[in-house]
Amino acid sequence: MSPKKRRRLWFAAAIVVAGGLGAWLVIWALGNNTMFFRSPTDVANKLVQPGIAFRVGGLVGEKSVRQGAGAEVHFTVTDGKGVVPVEFHGVLPALFREGQGVVATGALDARGTFMASDVLAKHDEKYMPPEVVDALKKSGRWKEGEAP
Amino acid sequence: MIGELGQLSLAFALALSLVMANAGLVGAGAANNTARRIASGATMGLMVFCLLAFGVLTYAYLVSDFSIRTVASNSTTLQPLFYKIAAVWSNHEGSMLLWMLVLSLYSGTIALLGRGGERLTSAALGIMGLLSAAFLLFILFTSSPFLRIDPPVFEGAGLNPLLQDPGAVMHPPMLYLGYVGLSAAFAYAAAALIVGEPAQSDGWVRAARPFMLMAWITLTCGIALGSWWAYYTLGWGGFWFWDAVENASLMPWLVATALIHSAMATEQRGAFRTWTLLLAITGFSMSLVGTFLVRSGVLTSVHSFASDPARGFFILILIGLAIGGALALFAWRAPKLQDGVPFQAVSRESALLLNNVLLMAALAVVFIGTIYPLALDAMTGRKITVGPPFFALLFGPLCVLMMVLVPFGPRLPWRKGDLKSAARTLAPALGVAAVAGLTALAVASPKSAVGIGAFAVAGWLIGASIIELRKRKGARLTAFAAAIAHAGLGVSLIGVAGTVCWQSEALVVVGPGETLTVGPYTLRFDGVVERDGPNFTGKQASIAIMDGTRVAAVMRPEQRIYTAEGQDVSYTAIRTTGIRDLKLVLGDDRGRGRWTLSAFVSPLAPLIWIGGLVMALGGLLSLFARLAARAPKPEAAALPQAAE
Repeated sequence: MSPKKRRRLWFAAAIVVAGGLGAWLVIWALGNNTMFFRSPTDVANKLVQPGIAFRVGGLVGEKSVRQGAGAEVHFTVTDGKGVVPVEFHGVLPALFREGQGVVATGALDARGTFMASDVLAKHDEKYMPPEVVDALKKSGRWKEGEAP
Repeated sequence: MIGELGQLSLAFALALSLVMANAGLVGAGAANNTARRIASGATMGLMVFCLLAFGVLTYAYLVSDFSIRTVASNSTTLQPLFYKIAAVWSNHEGSMLLWMLVLSLYSGTIALLGRGGERLTSAALGIMGLLSAAFLLFILFTSSPFLRIDPPVFEGAGLNPLLQDPGAVMHPPMLYLGYVGLSAAFAYAAAALIVGEPAQSDGWVRAARPFMLMAWITLTCGIALGSWWAYYTLGWGGFWFWDAVENASLMPWLVATALIHSAMATEQRGAFRTWTLLLAITGFSMSLVGTFLVRSGVLTSVHSFASDPARGFFILILIGLAIGGALALFAWRAPKLQDGVPFQAVSRESALLLNNVLLMAALAVVFIGTIYPLALDAMTGRKITVGPPFFALLFGPLCVLMMVLVPFGPRLPWRKGDLKSAARTLAPALGVAAVAGLTALAVASPKSAVGIGAFAVAGWLIGASIIELRKRKGARLTAFAAAIAHAGLGVSLIGVAGTVCWQSEALVVVGPGETLTVGPYTLRFDGVVERDGPNFTGKQASIAIMDGTRVAAVMRPEQRIYTAEGQDVSYTAIRTTGIRDLKLVLGDDRGRGRWTLSAFVSPLAPLIWIGGLVMALGGLLSLFARLAARAPKPEAAALPQAAE
């Protein structure tokens, strides 16, 4: 093998190794850092293990918002079938209301309460988070062309 | 009447863009001066009509002409003047018209400067004509901002209060100058392929470089402004959240950064000819992909104004045609290109190559993290999100590696360099890095290995830039520009490290007169008062920053209800010392005068955006150097024009 060919071979090998390593890293990082979206029904049906981060979306339960002793807030998220109790330490978004759509990020604790690290509400009057729309459609609470 | 004038202007602009495309491409082939002159004239006409259409729309907002649908749904008579103007582009239709205006301005600049000779200019105008025609069709058929409503409404619905912010005035135009600036680089690249420039000539790169720089500068500013806006707006996730919309602007930026570096090697050494062409095509493709992501409604954010499937479909077709066409042209013509002078493993060329490899790897990470959830949803219906840790884990190390390597680039000569002598010159920067790292270790708490490392890398970058500035006394301005831009990178890194590693926060329920401490601050809550603004009513808290028993300053976070829109918005209050930010958010009313209050202390946060501005300043300097160098010398100008 001529030195030039050998050099090319090494170069190609290095690219293959680097590419493979890169792909493995990306897949590994994706596997560890993706969060699934779950509907309140999924949670009620015990499809989610405690301690695993996920997102849940639905409507804030009517008359469910309760201020705790400290700065925390309790409320429920529902899609009409399942109900998830949520606890959140933080400032709720300005558009947070009972009966409105929200998406919360967090994990269930041992008692089945969803400890939210982040709560997103809609950002204007017309907007409904699409995950919430999907969850409501699945539970049959969504009527086409009519925002609840 | 005024609305029809706008619509008519767009129709004229469409006709002119078709003339421009046709004449431009004809003029690219033969020495057809008539065609070239027509292309140039049509470009000027396009610019005038786009300006007219945009002017008409702005006027309609200023006089609150609520017979025009976009005005009625995005403005009110009560809206302050500033936000009447911002409202022009803070909706889908208006923002597409802004995009078109910027495209026409870049086309006009190409025609006026005529860089790279008549054939190249003509071909580039032809490509810009095609792009303009596509966007004008898009606007006229799916998103006209001039449609009427009958009967007109008495009062408009108003601009989304979240967008009634200084950020909305500056961020979109800056970003569009960047996105669309990449179209000029794209047009020149395609033009070079069409004209089939002699394989040894890099005229297109020389012609397109100011446009690449302009795109990069404005993208940098646009992203920095957006990041700042997200930082002070509650619920937008802070200065950077790896939100898909943020990523959509980061991707073209990464390509533009790679492009301005690769173009340097091509212009000066004839190296990476095919690669630079490919990057120019990729850059604009990323702009289009970003526009698709943001505008089609596949993502939901404050940016996706409306989700009309026809619009997304149209942009998708446009992406297919532009990228497909350019790549086909590339596949056909590029094999004829030859690379210039060969270079050794240690050389400026290799350094630029490494820069590009790392930037492309970073692009791949961002692209995969952004597209994967969308692709998974489209194929399986499963909804997932890729969390910020994914990006931090992969993008972070790539960036740090790149920043460690950056100082070597400018110190290596073309073709063949000497790593040892470069290292010797840069040795003092290592000292700066050590001092920076040790300072972080000594001053900051809690101890953070990431923070200390980031400080050291930033010190290394800034130190190396200072060495560069001192060594290059009397050298060309472009070398200074590079040193400044690289230093800006270090400044931003310090800001990011400070905010990520050392932010402290407090969440409390406080009553009037009660105090709380966060970081080095003692704050006293002085209650909430109601007040009326021009188009809102607000609940405003008074929080005193205490210096012993003395009040040093008062901060006023607020919750507003915008009456016309019936929407609540929370306004954070930020007080900055330039090296540290205190951010306050007013939360829920807990009864009996007690409120939830959340406070954040972000050390060094302002440096994130100051660094961005420094980078942009470096770019601006480079742009000026380039344009000044091109001004004809007096004796050359005095000579009669030589025959072609």
